[in-house]
Amino acid sequence: MQLQVQQTRIIRRLKIREALFHKTLSLSAIILIILLFCMFLTLLVSSLPSIKALGLKFIYGNTWDPVSGEFGALSFLVGTLLTSLLALLISTPFSLTIGLFLGEYYPKGWFSALLKNAVELLAGIPSVIYGFWGIYFIVPIVRSLEMKLGAPPIGVGIFTASLVLSIMIIPFSASLIRLVISMVPVTLKEAAYSLGATRFEVIRYIIIPYIRSGLSAGILLALGRALGETMAVTMLIGNTQALPHSLFATGDTMASVIANQFTEATGKVYFSALIEIGLFLFVVTTIINIIGRNIIKRFES
Amino acid sequence: MMKINRKIALGFAGLLALLAFYVNQPVSAQGSSKELIGAGATFPYPLYSKMFDAYHKGKGVQVNYQSIGSGGGIKQLENKTVDFGASDAPLSDEELKAMPGQVIHIPTCLGAVMITYNIPGNPKLKLTSDVIADIFLGKITKWNDKRLTSLNPTAKLPDLAITVIHRSDGSGTTYVFSDYLSKVSNIWKTKPGTGKALDWPAGIGAKGNEGVGGMVKQTPGSIGYVELAYVIQNNISAATVKNKSGNFIEASLKSISASAAVKLPADLRVSLTNTDAKDGYPITSFTYILLYEKQNYGDRTMEKAKGTVELVTWMITKGQQFAEPLLYAPLPKEAAAAANSRLKLVNFNGKPLM
Repeated sequence: MQLQVQQTRIIRRLKIREALFHKTLSLSAIILIILLFCMFLTLLVSSLPSIKALGLKFIYGNTWDPVSGEFGALSFLVGTLLTSLLALLISTPFSLTIGLFLGEYYPKGWFSALLKNAVELLAGIPSVIYGFWGIYFIVPIVRSLEMKLGAPPIGVGIFTASLVLSIMIIPFSASLIRLVISMVPVTLKEAAYSLGATRFEVIRYIIIPYIRSGLSAGILLALGRALGETMAVTMLIGNTQALPHSLFATGDTMASVIANQFTEATGKVYFSALIEIGLFLFVVTTIINIIGRNIIKRFES
Repeated sequence: MMKINRKIALGFAGLLALLAFYVNQPVSAQGSSKELIGAGATFPYPLYSKMFDAYHKGKGVQVNYQSIGSGGGIKQLENKTVDFGASDAPLSDEELKAMPGQVIHIPTCLGAVMITYNIPGNPKLKLTSDVIADIFLGKITKWNDKRLTSLNPTAKLPDLAITVIHRSDGSGTTYVFSDYLSKVSNIWKTKPGTGKALDWPAGIGAKGNEGVGGMVKQTPGSIGYVELAYVIQNNISAATVKNKSGNFIEASLKSISASAAVKLPADLRVSLTNTDAKDGYPITSFTYILLYEKQNYGDRTMEKAKGTVELVTWMITKGQQFAEPLLYAPLPKEAAAAANSRLKLVNFNGKPLM
């Protein structure tokens, strides 16, 4: 009798503890969602003055003139998309080959561990260091290239920024690609080998088709990272508020114009126009992330 | 299990206490005159931190200055979260009106903007205001342009494209430079005009004085504008500029101070660029401390208000000795006297504080 009472007491205590644990977990999850929503709301409310004053001209306008109060973010949007896509174009072949090498050819061993760590370390380097490295190493190289091509030898610009950006985003896509390649079922590969397929044929006809959606997810993740990158791009893009007319032209991105002008932005519409750029960037990256998630989900199911 | 819970609870309590202490700090600072808070311009930050360090050692008053930029300093003063603000440019009439109380401008020292360049062979360069304007407007595009060679007949100027390098971040330096160009060029005045950030007609942007200086140093054929200190520290070339009286002036602490030897308006809100002073370098400006005329706002104490005024008085008198070693031009005597009489207006409930 007494034993039973004690048992129910213990069970009740365990149940309470379980419920408490569950509540704590869900609370932290909900707080995160609320936080994200609040961020969006803050951006929206703070950019209302500029939305009212500028309307759609903010998106298609090409002049950013704080003195006369004219704010159009088109050249920043173009600069952001151009550098990000260019960086993606440069980095994807490298991420794919690194992923194949680590996932298929050398999944184990000291060398692959070293390479894996080195790639992941690339993600940990602060972006201001990439910027410095770009200024002192990449810029002189690009400048001599420009001199050979007859372009003005400035050194900084869309091309330089994309080049450094591409190195910065390699770890993001390479890690994911390596992961999905290691998830390709061994039975599939062995079946192909037993039919006499070469290693290249296995990669070409089995692995690549199998990881297609994982591959795109990795690329999208890298794109999301490239879109928001600020410091290194600011240091290397030349910060010119005009639509770039060539690969070597200077430009500006949404993130870097915020970083550049936020501290000294006086005037209601000016301040709020900068926040609207943030809102714009928030929306663009959110859309890209949602697409990426959906592709990953399809891959998992 | 209970033990762990107790430990966690204790940790939480500790954290809460720490948080309470942290939140409480600015409030306690409100009452004490042993600690003053200021925020604003980055340009005078090295000078101010040296001054405040000396002030702390001498008078035992701790001054916490946050160099968050002039815009931020004005905002903090508007919200009354600081004892004083600091700005490179004086407040405009509109900005003054938007403040909740009458704001007094006290100049503390002078800064200058220098034209720096990178030409192979490193020749000495003389420039006039209209040539500077046309270079930055993108109208003069080659170093061997006739207008440049006729100004500098002895210098070897190459057939090289001019790359204009300007600030990409909003800054007081850009404000002073564009204020000068607006005064000397009607075209510049209508577009791009005067401001901390502009729609630049030519060139590329770099972040900060160090960014512009570094980019000029790296890029052959480039021209940019930076604060005096960066020219001296980086040992880069800077042009002598013709002033309003027709003299070519090299920027030095002396010629910068000299630019303020003009008749100043009563409220000391003045643009010194294109100065009338004969020996004055033409691209200079004051940097200001901003404080409210009526100090009895919020829950401020008389003691606190007095501490603030004492500090600012010290900055324009004894504190001036720290300017020159740090490459800031000290206030000329007349300006210091004008600032001192301006400080006399500051009061607490009608009672003067000095």
